[in-house]
Amino acid sequence: MPDSLLNQSRPPVFCPGCSHERVVLALNSALMNMGLAAHQVAIVSDIGCSGLFDTFFNTHALHGLHGRALTYAAGLKLACPDLTVIVTMGDGGLGIGGAHLLSACRRNLDVTLLVLNNFNYGMTGGQFSATTPVDAAVESGFLNRLETPVDVCRLAQAAGAAYTAACSSFQKNLPQEIEQALRFEGFAVLDIRGICPGRYTKKNKLSPKMIEKELAHQPLEQTHHLPINRKEYGRRYREQSALQKPAQPPVSMLPQHPAPSNARWEIMILGDAGQRVQTAGEILCLAGMSAGLRVTQKNDYHITVLRGPSISEIILSPDEIDFTGITKPGVILAIGQAGVNTRQKVFRQLDPQAMIIQTPGVDLPTVSGSIHLADFKDLGIKREDWSLAALMVLARLGTVLHKDMLRSAIQARFKSTALESALALFEKVEILK
Amino acid sequence: MSFCLMDGNEAVAWGAWAAGCRFFAGYPITPATGILNAMLAILPPAGGICLQGEDEIASMGYCLGASVAGMKVMTATSGPGISLCSEQISFAVGSEIPIVIVDVQRLGPSTGSATRGADGDIQFLRWGNSGGLPVFVLAPTDVKDCFELTVEAFNLSEAFRCPVFVASNKEIAMTKESVAIDVRQPRPGRERPAPRPDLPYLPFGVNGDQKVPGFLPIGGRTIVRQTSSTHGPDGYITTNPEEIALVQQRLLEKLQGAPEFFSLYPEKTNAPPDFIILTYGVTSRAARAAVKLLNQEGRNGAVLALKTLWPVPEEIILTQTRHVQQVFVIEMNLGQYINEIQRVLPHKQVHFHGRMDGTLITPLEIMEVVRHAR
Repeated sequence: MPDSLLNQSRPPVFCPGCSHERVVLALNSALMNMGLAAHQVAIVSDIGCSGLFDTFFNTHALHGLHGRALTYAAGLKLACPDLTVIVTMGDGGLGIGGAHLLSACRRNLDVTLLVLNNFNYGMTGGQFSATTPVDAAVESGFLNRLETPVDVCRLAQAAGAAYTAACSSFQKNLPQEIEQALRFEGFAVLDIRGICPGRYTKKNKLSPKMIEKELAHQPLEQTHHLPINRKEYGRRYREQSALQKPAQPPVSMLPQHPAPSNARWEIMILGDAGQRVQTAGEILCLAGMSAGLRVTQKNDYHITVLRGPSISEIILSPDEIDFTGITKPGVILAIGQAGVNTRQKVFRQLDPQAMIIQTPGVDLPTVSGSIHLADFKDLGIKREDWSLAALMVLARLGTVLHKDMLRSAIQARFKSTALESALALFEKVEILK
Repeated sequence: MSFCLMDGNEAVAWGAWAAGCRFFAGYPITPATGILNAMLAILPPAGGICLQGEDEIASMGYCLGASVAGMKVMTATSGPGISLCSEQISFAVGSEIPIVIVDVQRLGPSTGSATRGADGDIQFLRWGNSGGLPVFVLAPTDVKDCFELTVEAFNLSEAFRCPVFVASNKEIAMTKESVAIDVRQPRPGRERPAPRPDLPYLPFGVNGDQKVPGFLPIGGRTIVRQTSSTHGPDGYITTNPEEIALVQQRLLEKLQGAPEFFSLYPEKTNAPPDFIILTYGVTSRAARAAVKLLNQEGRNGAVLALKTLWPVPEEIILTQTRHVQQVFVIEMNLGQYINEIQRVLPHKQVHFHGRMDGTLITPLEIMEVVRHAR
């Protein structure tokens, strides 16, 4: 066991008087005290002066993009649950990665975040950050005077962080403070306040005493860890995963029926939202597959899924299907006005031998083609079953598919009561003249 | 033979599963959401991890964190999301982190149309990283390709330690097809190269003419350094121009040096054709239909459907068009890949036809383009 996890060939290179170095040493003490070996620790660092941290340690290191350190840390920790994962970021990374901080707090994965909070963007010249006081003089002119700084702990608490504490880079028990955060099983946030002599204190007065005083004046819940009992995310993830049922592979079909013809059929189901148009399209595909046909299905519907048109375009073909678009369908199932209205153009291009199954009440443009009226309402068939019922009418006509194909498809697609009621539709449709 | 019915998004997810992907993170976005849904159904019950990120940047960050730990990872998004991922793509390129990124393209620019297809990101995928180093981009033409090319994307990504894009399209991703694939059949592929055991480990160290550094995971017994900063073989930041130049040159040559590995699936033709329709993605299918009809009329055409778009398979393009006078480039955008074809074939008649209005380019349209070409 080495007596330090510090990188002997890369000593800290911070500005003279920078408090970051104290945190490097305190983190090392904490890790040593916990008896962790180099390979058991990963330091994930952000951009800015806090982004130098990983190089000063002889541990696993992952230095990434500004504000995104928490995202890498989460992936790493989920992949390696036994690894001690520490994220270092500044008040800059906190701001640009705000969404990731909130998510990390909400999630409660066992990662420790050390915010090296020195109230400005040191590396880029001392611009204001999310924690810069309103009255500070910084390189951003008057801009910081217009924005309210955030308190790291309160922000984290609002997002559900189970462990938050504010402290000073200069306090004697900083190693113990860090160790306590590291030992917490869950997401721990430490707001470690410090001094940036290269930029911030050139124009602003800030001393270790002032930081100490400020912390002393803040309410306890903003500076001290108040334990919240939440189970760690990784643990919960693994528990919940174990309860999930294995994924079902996509529904498959063996060719088992002769196809009614050698032709390629292009079919459009034009309906309204709620008429189970997409499901009927899928059943038509499975029916085709049961006769060894190649199939494609394209759907179209509004983002407001409970309103507007619902359209399914299906191709059944004895050969491989190249182009999947339909401009001139051989069959249209016109069961809803919204769908018909959306595809007005198609009706103008129909061939005279096209078949149309139309439910009463749906107005069609003047068309060439043979129309088969199917009054499903009169048969007491519910609106949501009209698409499937229209397929049954099509099966009765026998040119595109037959009843055995449809039955096989329904049996592959539905189970138990849904299957029974779908099969019962056959008898209702039989009555149709 | 049993066929199954699935769409391109499901096929990508099952392809990833078959290739050994056990970590996925994504943000819901039409038309790529189906991949997130499928991965959520597939991975957790099997001991894998599927996350819904707070945004696309985070989703890819989660993946990169898991990838440096040795997992096979994938994310999926569409135009607006792939735009956000740009900085993470650069990270994966520069730090040689394997990841498969599926871009289910939708009509742009910007928010565009969520439920309308296009191939509008083809140049963005190539050039959407800072530094401009090369990437792999594979373009499926149908649902079967979505499965096969995703498997291939993992092979390339792992073997070359780099991001690999699958440039899907709403018109494939959300179209169901009958396909003869057993999605449960594992498709073990190539792994990340291992470091030489006789040398001290350097995370970006290569020996001789080796192009891909040996991989060890963060979290293993050996200490590993990973960094997005300009680095030397040891993974430490460097400003030494010679050291930097060597790494950059290697990153360039790594992807360009072995075209036989990644130039996928050119269409085979029998007799030398008189003209070639050069295309990719879903448009290949309209091109095939068009050429069948044109050849029935007595023309002698062929389709060259490129499935590797980047790096540009120049040898294949040159060989396949050797005896051809006219080349037609058809794209579901206003002209992107045509620039590459004109560069590779400066002495040929290269015609372009493109359309980007949210609908498929039709076989009739392509036939007209060929008929009226001078």
